[in-house]
Amino acid sequence: MTVMTQIQAPARYRRGEMHAFKAGGSEFMYLVTAGAVFALDDAASSVLARLDEHEMSHVELVAALVEGGYSESDAEDLIRELRLVQGIVTDQAAPAPGPTSPPADFPLQALVLNITNQCNLACTYCYEFGADKIATPAGKAKYMTIETAKTSVDFLLEQSRERKAVHITFFGGETLMNFKLLREVVLYARDAAAAKGKGIGFSLTTNATLLTDEIIAFLSDNEIGVTVSMDGPPDVQDKHRVYKNGKGSYAVIEPRLRKLLANHKTRAITARVTLTEGVMDVVRIYRHLKDDIGFHEVGFAPVTNSGDRDYALGDSGMDTMLAQFHELADEWLAYALRGQMHGFSNVSETITELLQGVNKSHPCGAGLGLLGVSPAGDLSPCHRFTDADTHTLGHISSGIDQEKRGEFLDRGHVSAKYECQSCWARPLCAGGCHHEAFVRYGDTGHANLHYCDWIREWTDTCLKVYGALSAQNPEFLERFAERKALS
Amino acid sequence: MKHLRPVNRKAQRIEESIVAAQPSTEEDVVALQQAPRPHVPMGCSLSFSPGWEVDGGGGTAGLCQPAERDIYDCYVTCFWPVQVPDHVNYSPDWASNCAVAAKDWRNLDLVFP
Repeated sequence: MTVMTQIQAPARYRRGEMHAFKAGGSEFMYLVTAGAVFALDDAASSVLARLDEHEMSHVELVAALVEGGYSESDAEDLIRELRLVQGIVTDQAAPAPGPTSPPADFPLQALVLNITNQCNLACTYCYEFGADKIATPAGKAKYMTIETAKTSVDFLLEQSRERKAVHITFFGGETLMNFKLLREVVLYARDAAAAKGKGIGFSLTTNATLLTDEIIAFLSDNEIGVTVSMDGPPDVQDKHRVYKNGKGSYAVIEPRLRKLLANHKTRAITARVTLTEGVMDVVRIYRHLKDDIGFHEVGFAPVTNSGDRDYALGDSGMDTMLAQFHELADEWLAYALRGQMHGFSNVSETITELLQGVNKSHPCGAGLGLLGVSPAGDLSPCHRFTDADTHTLGHISSGIDQEKRGEFLDRGHVSAKYECQSCWARPLCAGGCHHEAFVRYGDTGHANLHYCDWIREWTDTCLKVYGALSAQNPEFLERFAERKALS
Repeated sequence: MKHLRPVNRKAQRIEESIVAAQPSTEEDVVALQQAPRPHVPMGCSLSFSPGWEVDGGGGTAGLCQPAERDIYDCYVTCFWPVQVPDHVNYSPDWASNCAVAAKDWRNLDLVFP
């Protein structure tokens, strides 16, 4: 039988959508539609280099490779391999589809319990209380009640369906202003999870001003992960992280942190630094928090703001910050090549995602596996939307408002963000933080265009760290993956 | 794969899927002159009808049936019903002047309804 095929012009090859980079003496391609990283041999590199100049037909490409000293069958194999992984594509190929949406009934994995919206500090840049706040807490509960907390725990266990383990993060305001409730919830949640045969983990974020020996012992005994919001040595910390009377908080937290780090040995203790204009001494801050204070990990993020605040990072501030990030990234790589863990978590987090090869439909788990709960029991996409009437996604007693949640997720999907479609960093970034976008542009579905260049440069840096490790110390990556799977 | 080395989990999964899919993509469709030579069973059957196929040398001379035999597939089996006359209803005698296709195919004429 004869099957006629449509006769058309021969397909012409071009590069697939990728970010090519060199590291550790090897060449690599990061394939955007998959999130995959492949190391290339000289032959594969030469094909990409040729196609960079102009598109070529199959015959032309084979001829060029044969001329370059490869056998014809080797050339055919090479082209086949590159085509199969979509390192090269033809002009007749349909564009690869974007990541599909997670199922509408995505099981819940984590809740962030905002156990109080009250705080004993008055940090000038705070997204919850500062000039760009979106929370509308007037007339709402200030402290979560134990009933609301228990209902939340039950809700989480129920909505997690087949998941084997869930996680609860305690958040504020200042979380430890409601420590009494926290303690009760941990004990309740442990029993409730055990009754359902599920594992459960806990963590909290605190400004560390209210840590006591008793609290530290409880956190350690119950294996509760601790993140301390902190900006660095005294001059840096006291610039924005102040009490309501303007007094800095460094002197209060320093002895408490030393006790916390000396006595809490069951979980990693992390510092989370907010970078603002004039506070960009990243390396000095890192040294202080890691070496002097003794945090296990330190992570940095530029302050979230509408763009008009005097503490906002300008372009030069971002450049300064990035230059110092690079310095620490180099150090991270040097440690890793020696087989040692480094505490700069901005690199660690990205390396974890590169190891997996994530290709995100959404920038984070907000509204998917994770929800925030306000003191009054209102559900929100995450802790950053707590108490914001604009983003309530239901109530702990009545469940998730699926319509609003669906709208939030549709809006935040990477395929809905026009500018992201031509960006190679989208598998990891997916447009960036929903909350940051809302504060900046008034729309959670807006790509965070103010930091695109920064994200691309940083992703490139982390890819090079990853590539160098894969070439020079692949065993470290394997151990790193195992360690991350445990934490 | 020889020229590409997967270095993250996603790349490994892609490689695995390629390896797993190889029998179907490699052996489904082969050109007769491709090296190594594919196994071609002896004897003729419809599935080895000529037409757009070529023989091991890239021509049509060595095919197990003459290339012109192909037109009967379109005619007799109604496989390609539009381009040839319908021998069931309207043109039962269309091929009566063509006893040996390789020799007589020029006798096949157009049909004027």
